Amino acid sequence: MQRIIKNGQIVDESWHVLPKETTFEELSNCDDLIVPLSLWLEHGRALKARDGGLGVWLDAEEEIESIVDSLDDFQVIALNFPAFTDGRHSSSAYLLRTRYGFQGELRAIGDVLRDQLWALKRCGFDAFALREDKDPEDALKAFEEFSEVYQASSDQPVPLFRRRA
Amino acid sequence: MYVYDQYDQQIVEDRVKQFRDQTRRYLSGELSGEEFRPLRLQNGLYIQRFAPMLRIAVPYGLLSSTQVRKLAKIARDYDKGYAHISTRQNVQFNWPELEDVPEILAELATVQMHAIQTSGNCIRNTTTDQFAGVAKDELIDPRPWCEIIRQWSTFHPEFSHLPRKFKIAVNGAAGDRAAIEVHDIGLEAVKNKAGELGFRVAVGGGLGRTPIVGSFINEFLPWQHLLSYLDAILRVYNRYGRRDNKYKARIKILVKALTPQVFAERVNAEWAHLKDGPTTLTDDEVARVAAHFVDPAYKALQDQDALLATLDSEHPGFARWRERNTFAHKKPGYVAVTLSLKPTGVAPGDVTDKQLDAIAELADRYSFGEVRNSHNQNIILADVEQEQLFTLWGELREQGFATPNVGLLTDIICCPGGDFCSLANAKSIPVAEAIQRRFDNLDYLFDIGDIDLNISGCMNACGHHHVGHIGILGVDKKGQEFYQVSLGGSAGRDASLAQILGPSFAQDDMPDVIDKIVNVYVEQRTEEESFIDTFRRIGVAPFKERVYAANH
Repeated sequence: MQRIIKNGQIVDESWHVLPKETTFEELSNCDDLIVPLSLWLEHGRALKARDGGLGVWLDAEEEIESIVDSLDDFQVIALNFPAFTDGRHSSSAYLLRTRYGFQGELRAIGDVLRDQLWALKRCGFDAFALREDKDPEDALKAFEEFSEVYQASSDQPVPLFRRRA
Repeated sequence: MYVYDQYDQQIVEDRVKQFRDQTRRYLSGELSGEEFRPLRLQNGLYIQRFAPMLRIAVPYGLLSSTQVRKLAKIARDYDKGYAHISTRQNVQFNWPELEDVPEILAELATVQMHAIQTSGNCIRNTTTDQFAGVAKDELIDPRPWCEIIRQWSTFHPEFSHLPRKFKIAVNGAAGDRAAIEVHDIGLEAVKNKAGELGFRVAVGGGLGRTPIVGSFINEFLPWQHLLSYLDAILRVYNRYGRRDNKYKARIKILVKALTPQVFAERVNAEWAHLKDGPTTLTDDEVARVAAHFVDPAYKALQDQDALLATLDSEHPGFARWRERNTFAHKKPGYVAVTLSLKPTGVAPGDVTDKQLDAIAELADRYSFGEVRNSHNQNIILADVEQEQLFTLWGELREQGFATPNVGLLTDIICCPGGDFCSLANAKSIPVAEAIQRRFDNLDYLFDIGDIDLNISGCMNACGHHHVGHIGILGVDKKGQEFYQVSLGGSAGRDASLAQILGPSFAQDDMPDVIDKIVNVYVEQRTEEESFIDTFRRIGVAPFKERVYAANH
């Protein structure tokens, strides 16, 4: 079972992230599922009627505007990084937290590595499924690397220039 | 200049520790080369042809003498005894060992320096006028705004993996010495009818493979909203800029694809959410930063026109140097002096550790302990007393900084090229040197007058060849190095992109080619007409005819 980082702790994964080609017919009723965006857009009403938990995941080129009217339906939103140098979902996370008020779990999936975590957390991610060959214990150190930040972001709504002593 | 407080210092020291650990993990195999690459690039560390190249940030080109001495020490201890001034006003070392880089960064942090975001797909060093704060034609001092942008952009969490690199320049003067229209964002200080400060905002300018002059998308952005507006531009770019092709990934391609009007609408729609939020700048913050850029303790002096005229007549060499290498100062009795790093036979922008120490010493004795790097790859002492100019000239001659060629044909902007850079298609330094040797007659150089000659070793355009009055681009033709010549570029207020002259030339032909081009100008010019004026009047055809005549 994969372990993920959630709120700075390592926890066992209890959700299933389903691949893009998953069809509605193959879904279990009780598992906690993170479904691809296309499945949600096609079967949203039926997915909500299931007993298990519901999350959705978006690929890097998929825009959060397609789900912002349904945020209350998701316990988890996962945003995929096809490469760790693809920064698009940093903006998605910031907007989900600050503009659209999403309060549930916001999870980074895909090519997620230790040296991105600090910035991703600042943008609003609270959960990280590291790439499978990487050690989540080691990655926890990323959260301690900086003791101060200049900009306002999701984690710190007030920029340093309004906080300087 | 700006002095770090405990927060700024902490952030830089945290960065040193972080990079030390990243380097350790790379050397121990925990990080692959592919994983380490973006991490080292965001710290200015390239793997070059022979050794790593480390690019040190010099925010908006400003250095204290203490910092210059530290750079000299690093050149001595970790490099082969020299450094290179880049076209982004930064400093580069061509020979450090990868293992030493954390230690170099730790040394830099002791003098409030770093290498943060000097490369990689992030927001780079913000640049400005090398005469900021002393130029007569200045509306505002741009340096506090550059520093405010530096802090906003440093480790901006949302914009650390942009589609491509991102460069911002600020101009506060009537003339544009910062080339703002060929930047991803160019900011020009303006005042409205009520006398309030704002910025004219250009986006989507840039050089590289697809050179474009930027489009102004906002004629008056009130200063309070500078950072939220930058956030809006960057967010639109981060979300919608192309990532499928690195050659189409700069913001200029997005602006062009959407049209500047539509891009501006997108930015405004995003900005509507951010305007008046916490990132809105305050009077207090601007005053706090600006307090670091108040005038030094200038004496009440008079201009020394008579004295200098006498010295000019007694010392023609001084007169020539003064004509080219000094710049009028806003304070009576003062003058700004450019140290030419372009003597013939030295790679343009290169400076040795001993010279750096000498520059620090000169800065302490003549110019309030500060210097500036220019994007033309020279070094400036900005606050020299006119009465001391003659003595300073003597010292500069001893150190090899008094070549009287600033703004002339031999003041060549030149990237490191194929001698160092692994991206280059061709060498650039030997071409610069061959041209300098051909044009070694100072009287002739002075007669030719103002002319920008810019050389890039590949189409990444680090040598800004597109905006040279004469631009030279190294190209690879079946494994052979050739040089394409273009004419008519300008990085000034009337920015324009150079037109390609025609088929490219072999390296050995380049001095002859430049000679022919200059001859056409000399024959065709009217009195008082500079090279670029003549080119704009007569067009490319007469140059083309002359240069290619022998080949047909």
